[in-house]
Amino acid sequence: MSLYQVQKLLFELNRDPAIQRAFEADGGAVADRYDLTEEERRALLEPDIGLLYVLGVNGQILMHFAAFKQIAWADYLQRMRDGVRIHGPIRAGVYKMTTGLDEKVAGV
Amino acid sequence: MTLVFSGICSHGPGITGRADLAPPELRDPFYAAYRKMGDAIRATGAEALIVIAAEHFANFFMNNMPAYAIGMADQYEGPIEDPDWLRIPRQQVRGDADLSRRLIAEVQQTVDVAYAEEWKFDHGIMVPLHFLDPANALTIIPANINCQGPPLTPLHRAFAFGRALRRAADAVPQRIALVGTGGISHWPCTPDSGRINEAWDRDFLDRWASADEARLTAYTDAETYADGGQGGYEIRTFIAAAAAAGGKGIVDFYAPIPIFSTGCVVGWSEIV
Repeated sequence: MSLYQVQKLLFELNRDPAIQRAFEADGGAVADRYDLTEEERRALLEPDIGLLYVLGVNGQILMHFAAFKQIAWADYLQRMRDGVRIHGPIRAGVYKMTTGLDEKVAGV
Repeated sequence: MTLVFSGICSHGPGITGRADLAPPELRDPFYAAYRKMGDAIRATGAEALIVIAAEHFANFFMNNMPAYAIGMADQYEGPIEDPDWLRIPRQQVRGDADLSRRLIAEVQQTVDVAYAEEWKFDHGIMVPLHFLDPANALTIIPANINCQGPPLTPLHRAFAFGRALRRAADAVPQRIALVGTGGISHWPCTPDSGRINEAWDRDFLDRWASADEARLTAYTDAETYADGGQGGYEIRTFIAAAAAAGGKGIVDFYAPIPIFSTGCVVGWSEIV
């Protein structure tokens, strides 16, 4: 259920400006409302986009979160590649990487 | 009265959000085709536009995921994404709860559709509206097919949903237009973003243009995932649009545009 809880936090954050403000003010307090492992909590608060990707967070949910965190497109893609480089392939979900670690199909 | 328009179009957020990174020789004809479809919709005198979307966890989550949903509100808002990132300002979009109620009641004769009195639009609807209805003048009826969280509705049910929408549109006095928005092959939100299987796309569009139910619904999800990526699951919206129209389709524009992370298509079908 834990990955579900990570995604639930991000789903609620992504669509609600009030939760976004609360998260920016005190991310730990928002995270406390969900049943998270220490690894998940750290990944959310840092944020560690690469680890969240590897944990299996749905790509659309993660993309919207990265946009909220003002992470530029090329940086967002690179953070996911770096996550796979460090932590290995995604552990859940359908958003697996099918290209090489240094392959940039759209040039970014 | 009879459905007045049925089209398909791509909705990737990069289409607006990364406009400046795209080659103008690909981007500009795509935008022109998109806007031309908006003109074609307006020329029908459409009073409402049903947008069959494949939303991305803006409203529906894994705690309670409808296979099919239709909005039933007088007003919607969007985008949920950072407006600067999507480059579409946050805005109110007019709905029509009473019209939705009548459409839903008819759809329910054959498809168990959920209704939603609250709906926040994400890029799946906001990108198409940016081009099709830049003046924000149309009445919008959002509809959704779950293409994100497996298990997903079978393709033949997506076809049935399109048929049901057609029957519902025909049963109300208003002039109803419809578009299905999705992607064909794409691997969005992964490091592969920009990968596109053009041959698979063109084969799918050939099937879409044929409006042949058997050909359109012959894919397994495993095949779609292997050849078209997880973004390929969104062919459901195009299948529904073809089913609603019933006639042959015309692809007005298709080109893979990697920085937009999807094969970019605009097309419409004969209403029969």
